[in-house]
Amino acid sequence: MKLEALERGKRAQIVAVNWDAIAPEEGKRLRALGLDEGARIAIAHRGIFGGRDPIAVIIGRMTIAIRRIHAAAMEVDPL
Amino acid sequence: MNAPVTARLRRAALVGNPNAGKSALFNALTGARQKIANYPGVTVERKAGRLVLPSGETVELIDLPGSYSFDTTSPDEEVTRAMVHGEFAGEAAPDVMVVVLDAANLEQHLVFAQEVIELGRPTVVALNMVDLAERDGLTLDPDALAQALGTPVVPTVAVRRRGLVELTNAIDQAEARAAREPDVHPRPHITLPERRLAAHNIAAAAILSESATRRLHAGLDKILLHPWLGPPILFALLFVIFQAVFAWATPFADGLEALAGWLAEFVTDILPAGLIRNFLTEAVIAGVGGVVVFLPQIIILFAFILVMEATGYMARAAFIMDRLMASVGLSGRSFIPLLSSFACAIPGIMATRSIADPKDRLTTILIAPLMTCSARLPVYGVVIAAVIPNSKVWGLIGLQGLVLFGLYIAGIVGAMVMALVLRRSVTKGAASGFIMELPRYQMPRLRDLAIGLWQRAWVFLRRAGTIIFAATVVLWLLLTFPQAEQGESQLDASFAGKIASGLQVGFEPIGFNREMTLALVPAMAAREVAVSSLATTYAVDSDDDAKTEAALRGQIAARWGLPTALAFLAWFVFAPQCLSTIAVARRETNGWKWPAFMLAYLFALAYIFAGITYWSAVALGL
Repeated sequence: MKLEALERGKRAQIVAVNWDAIAPEEGKRLRALGLDEGARIAIAHRGIFGGRDPIAVIIGRMTIAIRRIHAAAMEVDPL
Repeated sequence: MNAPVTARLRRAALVGNPNAGKSALFNALTGARQKIANYPGVTVERKAGRLVLPSGETVELIDLPGSYSFDTTSPDEEVTRAMVHGEFAGEAAPDVMVVVLDAANLEQHLVFAQEVIELGRPTVVALNMVDLAERDGLTLDPDALAQALGTPVVPTVAVRRRGLVELTNAIDQAEARAAREPDVHPRPHITLPERRLAAHNIAAAAILSESATRRLHAGLDKILLHPWLGPPILFALLFVIFQAVFAWATPFADGLEALAGWLAEFVTDILPAGLIRNFLTEAVIAGVGGVVVFLPQIIILFAFILVMEATGYMARAAFIMDRLMASVGLSGRSFIPLLSSFACAIPGIMATRSIADPKDRLTTILIAPLMTCSARLPVYGVVIAAVIPNSKVWGLIGLQGLVLFGLYIAGIVGAMVMALVLRRSVTKGAASGFIMELPRYQMPRLRDLAIGLWQRAWVFLRRAGTIIFAATVVLWLLLTFPQAEQGESQLDASFAGKIASGLQVGFEPIGFNREMTLALVPAMAAREVAVSSLATTYAVDSDDDAKTEAALRGQIAARWGLPTALAFLAWFVFAPQCLSTIAVARRETNGWKWPAFMLAYLFALAYIFAGITYWSAVALGL
């Protein structure tokens, strides 16, 4: 399933990322933050307006805000 | 006589991820002995201070912008990379690297730390915020970490000054140590996934025990980022900030104004009438003083902004606003600069540096002047009081206040529409993303806030003393020369008056009279100067600003029709004429192209909307 569709609070592991769907600079930043294949993550919060964007993702002990478009490019397996 | 050869000051640099507590550590190590400047060619702030080592040697400590990687994605990160690699002209590479790690975030922070250590320079690791890690239920083993990294590791708590002596010692000995043990851990260049795996293993080895985390911030986020509670809380906070900026600052601003008035009187008393006295009272005291009066508002606004940043709430505000900003092609990151622009567009434009996407950043710079800055308030205040009746709407809301609120909203709506238009035309590009770390909540430290506020205030005052001062002097010269003949008004005779007469041709169609056009000329220096300029033009003879305003109100009420007054207000919503903003935009965009564009579009908007306002008001028979 896509990270975008992951239920809030459920843990999952990123198994694949379609980097082509993400701007190169943003891809770099996401990888620098550890949002890459193999990362264990959970969704902590979602925004309120249109499409519940952005999304706050917990990775390790960090919380990172990303856009739904990033989450749509990430394939996750629930843990 | 042989002067002692002064050895070049050795330098140590603090590097680390954003939110590692670098700035707090920097403040704790250097205290008030700091110097803020800009890196050549870019507008990222260069923070440096003096650190005295146990050996008695003084080193320069540089606080580099927080980075996630040397594979950079923003102007801030690029500065860190270039500094560390010694690529800045006139800036030698640091002799000692001090890597700052958030103890509670080891696995993430060790990725960049490895990249720094791989450079092979003398390196010391500060394991910072160990107290918060302990509170989070983490017990760490600094020795295991030192073993794995091959560098000394010093546990620190910057805000409680814990570990500072040990850290300073380690910095002192770093070079000797590196010379003694060359390449104990040879570090081949490894890839990001390898580094990440290594970070995971090193962190796992350094964490002795990890109890169930009881995180305060998760609970706070449940409320502050709640889809339905979060936005109202943010808007309530913004309301309080505005209230504070405009209400709390008044007594201090009045005090500064009184001080300027007293200074002017003092100068008048001790100097004979003449050009020098006029120069001091009209250009120096009235001109620069007129801008310095906004210092209390700027300090109050920045106090709120610094607290929001220090507590970690600012990132949440950006999170909440992101979706709204996305609808006009921007991101939550633009929210912070735009909020600052309500005090003054200058710090707002400077705050755009943290925006990674260049098109996003440029758009934010271009629309920042549309946020109603505090310098427009005196203009709004005097005109509204003169022409809008002090009546109540629905028996409870003051009409004057409502008009003022409407002018603010007009600025915000104008900015949003402009952002939309710009993102589809001149700053067209891929939809900007929003990737931002939401740091843990923290209690702000008074000392760090005080240092931050002092720095902001100083930057503002320095600007008032240079750019604004220069602009005021030029305008004063234009207003003073050539000197009027007997019986002729000085304004009519002066170059400024001639310029205004020339401009009048263009401004007549939108309902402006010549006094208004004339007021626009000195308002180029600072918008609020329009008020004093109008007052002078109407020959209201008074030094006291409150009296000037009251008298001016009467003149405006008597001489301006309602359509003319409304057109003037509409003009100031877009008011392009603040030279300092243009100057800052030039510096931040490295050229004249974008400031010229900004000036042109704001001028066009101001003209069109003042015109529409005037013509519709006339058509409606107001």
